[in-house]
Formats: sequence, C-alpha cells, structure tokens
Amino acid sequence: MDFAKTIPVIWESLPFILGGITWTLSLVFGAMLLGLCLGIPLAVGQVYGTRTVRGCIGIYVWLFRGIPILVQLYLFYFGILAYLSQVPSLAGLGLDSAFLAALLVLGLTSAAYQSQIFRGSIQALPEGQLKAAQALGMTESQAVRSIILPQALRLSIPGWSNEYSILLKDSALAFAIGVMEIMSRTRTVAALTHEPLPFALVAGVLFYLLTHMGIRALKTLERKVRIPGYARQGSMS
Amino acid sequence: MTTPQPILRVEGIHKTLGDQLVLNDVSLTVNRGEVKILIGPSGSGKSTLLQCLNFLHHPDQGRIWLDGREFKATSRRELCAFRQQVGMIFQDFNLFDHLTALGNVQIALIKVKGMAKAKATHRAKEELARVGLADKMDLYPAQLSGGQKQRVSMARALAMDPKVLLLDEPTSALDPELIGEVLAVIRFLASAGMTMIMATHQIAFSATMAHEFLFMEKGRIVERGSPVHLLAPGATSRTMAFCAKINELSGDLGMAERRCASSSSALADKPQGGHGTT
Ligand SMILES: Nc1ncnc2c1ncn2[C@@H]1O[C@H](COP(=O)(O)OP(=O)(O)OP(=O)(O)O)[C@@H](O)[C@H]1O
Ligand SMILES: [Mg+2]
Repeated sequence: MDFAKTIPVIWESLPFILGGITWTLSLVFGAMLLGLCLGIPLAVGQVYGTRTVRGCIGIYVWLFRGIPILVQLYLFYFGILAYLSQVPSLAGLGLDSAFLAALLVLGLTSAAYQSQIFRGSIQALPEGQLKAAQALGMTESQAVRSIILPQALRLSIPGWSNEYSILLKDSALAFAIGVMEIMSRTRTVAALTHEPLPFALVAGVLFYLLTHMGIRALKTLERKVRIPGYARQGSMS
Repeated sequence: MTTPQPILRVEGIHKTLGDQLVLNDVSLTVNRGEVKILIGPSGSGKSTLLQCLNFLHHPDQGRIWLDGREFKATSRRELCAFRQQVGMIFQDFNLFDHLTALGNVQIALIKVKGMAKAKATHRAKEELARVGLADKMDLYPAQLSGGQKQRVSMARALAMDPKVLLLDEPTSALDPELIGEVLAVIRFLASAGMTMIMATHQIAFSATMAHEFLFMEKGRIVERGSPVHLLAPGATSRTMAFCAKINELSGDLGMAERRCASSSSALADKPQGGHGTT
C-alpha cells in the first residue's frame, strides 16, 4: 500500500466522512435519551412493581438483550416499520426511515441495558432510605422520585459511561440499513478507492475520539454531582 | 393530674416474618405526654413492634387507634396521613444521603405537607436550632458525626409535628462519647411533653424519665411496670436481671446491681403517672 498516494485521498474525502459524525452522534444521543427515559421506569418497575409488572419487564429486557442489533435493525427496518408505513393512516409520517429504525433499535436495546444499571443502583441503596421516606408520610412514588432516584442515578454514572461507549460502537451497525453515519461513509469511500485499510483506520480513530470525549464528559458530570463528604470513588480512565 | 388521654393504642398485634412469629399478641397504650421504654434481648421483636406501630410492617392481626380513632390501612392516602403523625427514629439514622441537613428536614414538609419552600426552610431551621445544629444545616450526612446525624433525624421527624415519636435504639450505633448529646435531646423532648415509645439498652437513663418499662421476650410483652417498681433494690423482676446482665456485659461486673439500684433511687421523687396502665 502506498501511503503517499492515499493521504491526499483521505484528505479529500475527510469532509464527507466527518459529515457522518452528526449522524452518529444524533443516533447515539437520541438512543441514550430514549434508553434513559424508558430505562428508569423499567428499573423502578422491576424493583417495586407487582409480579406481573416484573415479569413483563423481565421479558422485555431478555428480548432486547438477546437479539443481535443487526437482526433487530433488519426486523425493524424491513419488517415492522416497512409494514407500518403501508398503513394508510400512518403514511406520510416517514416511518420507513432507516435513521428512525436505527434510533428505535439502539434506544430500545439501550433501555434494556440501562434499566439493569439503574436497577443495580437502586438495589445498592440501603433499605432504610425508603423506610425513612415512608415513615415521614411519603408515598412510594414520592419516595422513589425524591429520595431513591436522585441517589441511584448518581451511582449509575460509571455504568452509564460504559453504556455510552458500547452504544457508540453499536451505532456503527446502522450502516447495514444505509444510515449515513461514520462507518457507512468510510465504507463508501473505501469501496470507491479500493483502499479499505486506511479508511478503516480513519473510522477507528474517529470512534476512539468520540468514545474518549464522551467518557471524559461523563466523568466531569460524575464529579459535579458527587455528594460532598463521600470518599472519592476510585477513578477509572 | 388530668385523666390520661390515649394517643396510641394497639391491641392483639401479631406479625409473622418468614416462618417465625415475631410478634405474638402485643397490646399497649401510650397516653399523651408519656414515655414508654421497650427493653428485651436481641431478636425479641422490639424493632418489629415499632415498625408495626407506623405500618412500615403491616401487622397480620390486631387493631390500632391513634388519638381515639381506629386506623385501618384501607387506602394509601390514609396510610400516609397516619405515618405523618407517628414519627420514627432509626438506629442507623437513615438520613437522606444526597440532601444537606436542612434538605433532610425540609423535604417532607414540601413534598408531603405541601408547604411553600420558604416556609419549609424557616421551619426546618427552627427544628435544627432546637437540636443544636443551626450551624450545621448546610452539611451533608457524610460530613456529620453520628450524634449529629441522629439529631438531624430527630429534627426531621419533629418537623412533621407527630403525635407520638417512636425511637428504635437511637443511641446504639453511636460511639460512647456521642451518646450524651442525643440523650439530651430525648430528655428535653420528654420534659416538653412529647409522647414517646423508645426501644433502648440505656436503662439507667430511661429509668429517669420513663412512665413504664415494657420487657419483651420472644414477641410478647412479658413484664410491664414503672421503673421504680421493676428496679427497686432487691427486686426480682426480669427487667432487673436484664439490666444486671447488660451492665455485666459492658464490664461493670460488681457494679451491676448497684447501678440498677441507683437508677431506681434516682426516681424516688419522680411522680409516677403511667404505672399500672393496660
Ligand atoms: N425481614 C425479616 N424476615 C424474617 N425474619 C425477620 C425479619 N426481620 C426480623 N426478623 C426476625 O424477627 C425477630 C425480631 O427481630 P427484631 O429486629 O424486631 O428484634 P429486636 O428486638 O429489635 O432485636 P435487636 O435488639 O437486635 O434490635 C428476629 O428473630 C429476627 O431474626
Ligand atoms: Mg432492633
């Protein structure tokens, strides 16, 4: 491979590849957010819910953790969403979008994983926290909202930054249904230039940088919301 | 003296935990301004009883009256209203770790009583000042000593204006030098007429203010009476024997009898309101 020749090609295609960052980040942030909004109620339901509720949530988690992302992408894009977009009353909503399919798959999967992070944090809190809240006359839902979750979510940040880095890399699979994110674009350029290796490296570097920056940001968040007086948690890089 | 006015009355409480009958037909009444002390060996059901009294455990059987009204835990709303009136102090404080001392006292005023924030802050500061922590209100639980934490938890309970305060071994988790500051608050509350039921091993201390001792064993109240009677020199009560054993364990072998006796003689001039109830 002739590096001297490839560098200008990479340079030329860089704006196109970097344009994928917007798509990658929209996917990842969107999915993190969807996962957060669904993951919290799922976790609360799994800890405090009735047997039926716990059972249903268990099945949800089991399904989304069990089916490979790639399979889900096909199922959603070519299956569920393609079908729904044929329904006359739903036509025009743009349900046949690959981005929407990827967002849903990553978000729903992340919800399953995030719910387990939050569940672990909730269960790590001393039982007395809920008891004390109830003894003051709080309902269970008041106690969960103002006592349990504020503490559990803080504890979840390290697990959450793990989830971010996994989600970021899973988002690369969205190339399979044609979402124009980083991976998709590097593959396009690689195919045109018949130079797969340098472009794989470019993609690798971009994902590495995004992972690193995200983890750094969450580390800062963790420090910002740390409860004063607690010993510093062992830091991870 | 006015006629005794029952604040909290329970009858025939049974509670099974796991496959063990932890409370077996427990009945008691506490009148306004009275202090009742629960003593007894570990595992006798003191904590379970206290938690049944504000429905942190739902009794399997038995009836409860608060301030003359029978309470039936039929709706969640009623349950919460009931618990507001029955304050609870835990052995290990259970302060909300993510809130400052002020936040701990304030939060239920805002969320449960629906008080405006400014008013709740004002009230919370008053309560913290009452337990001597006006200067610590911005500290988090992890920045407080055990004694300070327990005093915050008392301020938190008192801010709700409970009709009766339940205390579950409030000083057991404390280093010896920190016990005094918590006992001082309890003594102050008793003198201010707070109705209390307290499980404790601080027998000498509680003898000076208790109207009645309730000795629990295997889920039953097996002995009850005024400290003067139970701890009279030469008394053969279970309470006396237990008191001697505690002192023995804490190392005062020969002192045991004398300690128990002196705690009762300290009572000689104290009016005995609660003796003989129920
Ligand atoms: N959740 C539970 N499940 C099963 N058994 C329990 C549970 N909680 C308590 N017990 C049992 O109930 C009995 C009474 O416990 P409780 O905590 O009320 O005793 P206690 O008098 O407060 O003891 P201590 O002085 O050690 O605090 C004990 O034998 C204990 O093992
Ligand atoms: Mg106990």
